[in-house]
Amino acid sequence: MATAAAQHTARTPAHDARGGAPDTDAHQRAFDAAIAADERIEPRDWMPDAYRATLIRQIAQHAHSEIIGMQPEANWITRAPSLRRKAILMAKVQDEAGHGLYLYSAAETLGVSRDELLDKLHSGRQKYSSIFNYPTLTWADVGAIGWLVDGAAITNQVPLCRCSYGPYARAMVRICKEESFHQRQGYELLLALSRGTPEQHAMAQDAVNRWWWPSLMMFGPPDDESEHSAQSMAWKIKRHSNDELRQRFVDICVPQAESLGLTLPDPDLKWNEERGHYDFGPIDWDEFWQVIKGNGPCNEQRMAQRRRAHDEGAWVREAAAAYAAKHTHDKEARRG
Amino acid sequence: MTTADWPLWEVFVRSRRGLSHTHAGSLHAPDAEMALRNARDLYTRRGEGVSIWVVPSAAITASSPDEKDPFFEPAADKPYRHPTFYEIPEGVKHL
Repeated sequence: MATAAAQHTARTPAHDARGGAPDTDAHQRAFDAAIAADERIEPRDWMPDAYRATLIRQIAQHAHSEIIGMQPEANWITRAPSLRRKAILMAKVQDEAGHGLYLYSAAETLGVSRDELLDKLHSGRQKYSSIFNYPTLTWADVGAIGWLVDGAAITNQVPLCRCSYGPYARAMVRICKEESFHQRQGYELLLALSRGTPEQHAMAQDAVNRWWWPSLMMFGPPDDESEHSAQSMAWKIKRHSNDELRQRFVDICVPQAESLGLTLPDPDLKWNEERGHYDFGPIDWDEFWQVIKGNGPCNEQRMAQRRRAHDEGAWVREAAAAYAAKHTHDKEARRG
Repeated sequence: MTTADWPLWEVFVRSRRGLSHTHAGSLHAPDAEMALRNARDLYTRRGEGVSIWVVPSAAITASSPDEKDPFFEPAADKPYRHPTFYEIPEGVKHL
């Protein structure tokens, strides 16, 4: 990712001083030209306030999702069925923390502080992906999350590697490389269960049944109801519409499910020769909005756990700071 | 002291011997030692590096994007600095 130095420190006075200056029009033209030419916008470039606000909102939500996303899977670390699976799951959860940190850094290049972002997550003023408000009831859910949830995330994120904002695009390149392992380990896990005992097969099928529809919801509301989509596409933050990405994901998953020996829980799912795509049934958007509003199965639990982890980590942050202060003091004393 | 007071560090990673350190990203840490450890965990989880530098972001001086044109202009009108500027008769070798 991205923060080419000095960007953080330099931007605030430079940018804020410029707001409303007489040369705003010239700045706007330069910005529009850069977007039209498919060039990247970098942290210290002038950018419209709304572009900055949109990016902060989106990158923050993305970062928060990585951080909250550690919880449903971490739930199974102590009960992983083998040392191999346990090591894989720990590596995956650690990756999610890393992804959150890349993204927080990218958001910070836009002039928000890390603490401000965490405060907004903890106070519920910024959201995270609602997929993480569903529970992981069985071990097979770890596989379904890797295959479907990470699969949907990859479908969303690959185009973000070409996002117009440089630091976000660079963070996404790194994240996409690492997500590939996440998806494959999930698929392999489900395959092992699917080919196992009848009980294991049933467990895998049950997990896929529960995660399929929420995964389709991850692409966001239909295009005609998505409030930020049109502007984000004009700014080349977003490269494809929600419905386009959702269709791409469905088309990818159907043959993968067949290879798994599992079915997808949609009676309307069938190949449409004319469209060259799979048709699929209606999505329950009421459920989607309910979960976003805080009424999903695990919203409260996720937030409580996040706040607790932050509070219980306070002594570690304090100890590190005290050690750093003492260290600096000792060095200065020796020098003096 | 909260993380807000932790300085920002820029991380440079040498992916293998013979290559220079390249900017990988940034992170917050209370001191240089912790910054190095965090950088290892954050940017080299898959053997991406054999050496890491961490530099306080505040210690970096950068050219301003607004000055881009005049600042780099002196290089723009000197094509004779490039080997392709010169016409050499066909058949002349090792030049």
